[in-house]
Amino acid sequence: MTEPVAPLATIAGLRHRFPGARHAAPQTALDGIDTTILPGMITGVVGPDGAGKTTLLRLLAGLLRPTAGQIAVFGLDLADHAATVHDRIGYMPQRFGLYEDLTVAGNIQLHADLHAMPSAIRVPRISMLLAATGLAPFTDRLAGKLSGGMKQKLGLVCALLARPKLLLLDEPSVGVDPASRRELWAIVAHMLAEGLADGMGVVWATAYLDEAERCGRVLLLHEGRLLADDTPEAIMAPMRDRVFLLDVPPGQRRAAVRLAASVAGVADASVQGDHLRIVLRPGAALPDPSALGGSHLSPAAPRLEDGFIDRLGTVAPTPIPAPATRPVAQGPAIEVAHLVRRFGDFLAVDDVSFSVARGEIFGLLGPNGAGKSTIFRMLCGLLRPSAGRAQVAGGDLIREPAAARARLGYMAQRFSLYGELTARENLRFFARVYGLSRAAQQAAVAAALADFDLADSADQVAGDLPLGVKQRLALAASLLHAPDILFLDEPTSGVDPLARRAFWARIGTLAEAGVTVLVTSHFMDEAEYCDRLAIVSSGRLIATGTPADLRGRVRSDAMPNPTLEDAFIALVGADLRARAA
Amino acid sequence: MIAAALRLRGLLVKEVTQVRRDPSSLLIAFLLPLVLLLINGFSITLDARAVRLAVVIDAPTAPTQDLFQAMAASPYLAPILVATTADGARLIASGSARGMLVVRQDFAETLLRPQRWPAHLGLQVSGTDPNTARLVEGYVAGALQTWLSSHALENRLLATPAATLEHRYWFNAELRSSNSIIPGMIAFVMSMTGTLLTALVVAREWERGTMESMLASPARMAELIAAKLVVYFGLGMISMLEAVLVGTLVFAVPFRDGILPLLAAAALFLLFALALGLFISTLVRNQFLASQLAFLVTMLPAMMLSGMLFDIASMPPWLQWLTYLFPARYLVSILQTLFLAGSVNAVLLPNLAALAISATVAVAATLAVTRRRLD
Amino acid sequence: MLRRILALILKELSSLWKDPKSRMVLVVPPLIQVIIFAHAATFDVSGAALAIWNDDRGSLAGELIRRFAYSSAFKIVAAPQSQAEAAALIDGQQAVAVLHIPERFSADLLAGRGGRLQLLIDARRSNTALLVQGYANAIVATYAAEHAPRPPPLVIETRDWFNPTLEPEWFVLPGLVAVLSMLIGMMVAALSLARERELGTFEQMLVTPLRPAEIMIGKAIPAMIVGLFEANIVIAAAVLWFRVPFVGSLALLEAGLLVYLLAGVGVGLAISSVAQTQQQAILGVFIYASPAVMLSGFASPIENMPPIVQWITLVDPMRWMLIIARGVFLQGMPAAIAWSAIWPMALIGIALMTAAGLMVRRAVA
Repeated sequence: MTEPVAPLATIAGLRHRFPGARHAAPQTALDGIDTTILPGMITGVVGPDGAGKTTLLRLLAGLLRPTAGQIAVFGLDLADHAATVHDRIGYMPQRFGLYEDLTVAGNIQLHADLHAMPSAIRVPRISMLLAATGLAPFTDRLAGKLSGGMKQKLGLVCALLARPKLLLLDEPSVGVDPASRRELWAIVAHMLAEGLADGMGVVWATAYLDEAERCGRVLLLHEGRLLADDTPEAIMAPMRDRVFLLDVPPGQRRAAVRLAASVAGVADASVQGDHLRIVLRPGAALPDPSALGGSHLSPAAPRLEDGFIDRLGTVAPTPIPAPATRPVAQGPAIEVAHLVRRFGDFLAVDDVSFSVARGEIFGLLGPNGAGKSTIFRMLCGLLRPSAGRAQVAGGDLIREPAAARARLGYMAQRFSLYGELTARENLRFFARVYGLSRAAQQAAVAAALADFDLADSADQVAGDLPLGVKQRLALAASLLHAPDILFLDEPTSGVDPLARRAFWARIGTLAEAGVTVLVTSHFMDEAEYCDRLAIVSSGRLIATGTPADLRGRVRSDAMPNPTLEDAFIALVGADLRARAA
Repeated sequence: MIAAALRLRGLLVKEVTQVRRDPSSLLIAFLLPLVLLLINGFSITLDARAVRLAVVIDAPTAPTQDLFQAMAASPYLAPILVATTADGARLIASGSARGMLVVRQDFAETLLRPQRWPAHLGLQVSGTDPNTARLVEGYVAGALQTWLSSHALENRLLATPAATLEHRYWFNAELRSSNSIIPGMIAFVMSMTGTLLTALVVAREWERGTMESMLASPARMAELIAAKLVVYFGLGMISMLEAVLVGTLVFAVPFRDGILPLLAAAALFLLFALALGLFISTLVRNQFLASQLAFLVTMLPAMMLSGMLFDIASMPPWLQWLTYLFPARYLVSILQTLFLAGSVNAVLLPNLAALAISATVAVAATLAVTRRRLD
Repeated sequence: MLRRILALILKELSSLWKDPKSRMVLVVPPLIQVIIFAHAATFDVSGAALAIWNDDRGSLAGELIRRFAYSSAFKIVAAPQSQAEAAALIDGQQAVAVLHIPERFSADLLAGRGGRLQLLIDARRSNTALLVQGYANAIVATYAAEHAPRPPPLVIETRDWFNPTLEPEWFVLPGLVAVLSMLIGMMVAALSLARERELGTFEQMLVTPLRPAEIMIGKAIPAMIVGLFEANIVIAAAVLWFRVPFVGSLALLEAGLLVYLLAGVGVGLAISSVAQTQQQAILGVFIYASPAVMLSGFASPIENMPPIVQWITLVDPMRWMLIIARGVFLQGMPAAIAWSAIWPMALIGIALMTAAGLMVRRAVA
């Protein structure tokens, strides 16, 4: 049904290695890649961090020379014709490649000059793109002063300026809230439709598998290898009739996950809102719901992530240690009353109150700049509130910060352990800083290395560890002192789905043992694991409830079965509209 | 061709805007030279003045009194009368005096009887600072000579010395050290602004990821470099002129002759320094390392190995050879000559040629290391 | 509390040492600086290019020329025959000075009329000119004394204490102990917080029970250790390699260094608390350090500076440390005299540390 079209790019026998640092062996970033990039569609380059997505895009842009194999773009070998190719491609690097000290207009004019666009073409093109992205009112603003979503749109405008035949976007949606992500997709789809006559094509790299479902074609990368090269439907096809939702009684979801994961025939079990999502092994018979700890199984649509996990092959799920019981104190773990924070004239947090019960996983969601990280930082004692009260683990962070901090653990979004120290040295440092006695230090470090599967990498320098291991190490470090409350800031962004499942399984276990967990995220997947969510918009708390509650609030005839993302967008949108009115 | 001109225009506009918005580059270009020149100009003065000298006189008499007055009359000495050599030694040890002149009991008597000549004077000098020690010795000898000749005229004691040396200082008759140091400081300031400015800007583009989008655009590498050179060249020349003005107006250093050679030398040196900065930051792509390297290969040699402060001819031979590798020495030669002597072709031509070669090599090296790729 | 600080110190030291970049910065530049400074930083003149314009055919002129030729201060490079040739040599910097021996020199000397010599000196480098004149004068004076009919009326017997042969290295290296240890200690302190801020580990540290004071102590002590280590490397190089005598008490020197580094590290921490990036921290260190070195008396004596500038030098800790370093190395400075330089440093150090502490606390909260 598809007539043969000339591909925009062909990649044959591609391999790329980076020379290793002084002691390390050379690292193979990509190996054995054969594929073509077709016009008229968005090709998703999909995979977790470190899979080789950026390397592949840089190779396509002619910024790297492949170690082996050929890349031809527009039929021209990149080794000889890089300059010609650069006239016809648009490339947006991971951090958008904007000059932050230039204005929006300044950045656009620079790219227009670089592409030597005559003003007869330039003027209408720029105004069209500014209108399409909604950046027109901000042309005089410095690029550095734009929000994440706006920077990304500006990067996109710069890349699209010269009507590129091939648009290369390197993780444009990282760190951007769901509403901005949807807008971005709409803009790119619009531009693609507009450039269809020219035979334009888009390559979109992303770690979000849900977003990749919208691509015309997906290149699934894992550890430098091409796992799949097909339409999303084809990748999900083998999962049909293998995905089910299990109803579980409230409060038993996490126990049920453990139970379900141990049942033969179950490839994967994860929490999804108030259900359990069960993926069966190929050919496995439908198990009895009660054997899984639930009451009713209903079929569900497969996701790209299921296809990814399936193709990764079944790795034995990491055994999750049973929860250690710990004495649970009385009263709420976190209590926030009328919290306010001003930065100059700007009201970042406006009269926020909520409380979190012990052993609860509580999520703070919100668009960029809504104030969720300000709340989060005040709760960890990194920032002083302007007014209001914040009690954490029964201690007052304002009056007794050091004592209160001793009872909380913190894991930042960015890996923030000491890269030049080994895993063991990092753990030992944090054990000492938390004032553990010598014997307790040794016991805690040894236990952490064993529990978090870090024994093999204990003496490797932390900076060289793969992302998934780094993330386990960071979690281990934040738990050494057995904190009552754990703060997580987008803990699993960019981590591959298997590692993410394992991570959340651990968090579930901790919560069962009585540890309170506070998460901020704009990653809806992460939100699904929470018991309760609070949505923050423009500094105010606009909704609190279980994921099912929030979905229920936006259910309508037009949206009979809303996802959490739909709920988020609808609630935030309604709030913004109400304020504007 | 039009395309290239458009690209270059775009890049120039970008660089100029960035410089205008970035306070740190304006700070490095205009404030830092001023501050450095003022502080260093005032603090590095090698002419000792009023050195404190302890004087021990065992038997005060009219001639020794007269001797002490003669010491006090010298503009370079501030004699302090102390009772014993032990007191004098204490002053020297604590740094309160640089030396001690000991006039023994029999001094005056011996001096009055030519048949018992010579009379002996003891001079003890603290050698911790050898340069000052030598100056002190010279000042004391000079003061004594003056005293002796005025005395000799009264007492007819003295015959004409067998040989005398008259000296004439050329180009800097009063021997003001700031006249020599300020031209050298200008060279120092220029190496610093030149290299530091560019060493940081390219590294910054790598670190912020903007270089990646430039590389994927149709801009040619030579255009990227040219745009940076042009803008920072302008800044550097302005900061050079600022330094020349401060030198001539604040420190009253004369400028004899040769605006054109000055501009030529400054331009060539700046081209070298800017290209070196680009070379460093392209090579290391990291602002931290870039600034360390810039310090090591430009500021340190400009201070130590350029002849601005320390005499190159007095260094060990291997170090003298090394100084030829750092163009600061050529610039210092040219500047000291232009300021104090004027356009002397015998100095200007070889040094300008050396600067031209350095600039060419630096630019060529920069073009050679900048590739269009990330690997 | 002690355990937490100790943890911080150990971490700080081991991550400094394990990071090849910082290891390089700690080791290589100081080494190069010691070598270059020790050999280049001399105001003395030796082998100065001298041209001799000799119009005298007599034997006495030949003897005088030989004396100049044998002196290590001069190297005879040319023999011009006219004023114009002599001027060209000086203009073109081929010769620093021209000694003119007039035609009647030998005759005048023999006749007891006193021979007159002229020395033309290029004063573009004023210090070189002054020293060249001094050396030439000394040679001529000795020569004259030997040819005089009777002894001179007075002789100055000069003894240079502490450095009898006026070796420039003896002056420079003790000074380098102070300069390099300060630069390194300050750099480590200045980079420490800025680095953690850039890497995001700063926040991780802030959520631990570490108090701001503990963070500051934990950052200050490693920087002081590194500075002290650097100082001792320079001390060892000075004594073992450059053979600078060390007559005073090592303990006194180390005690002085400790107080001194307190001040240096205080500056570094203050810079660190303001700087958002390592880049800014380095720039800050440079902006502080270059006047601090210039005003310390490291290169030129403080008493030569204008009075206002001399006042400013009083708050420069390096100024006081130079007194102790040079005093202990060469003079065997007693503790009582050293104390008079230690207490001003201690005062400056306490003031700086307090200021840095307040600034770090502001940065933390």
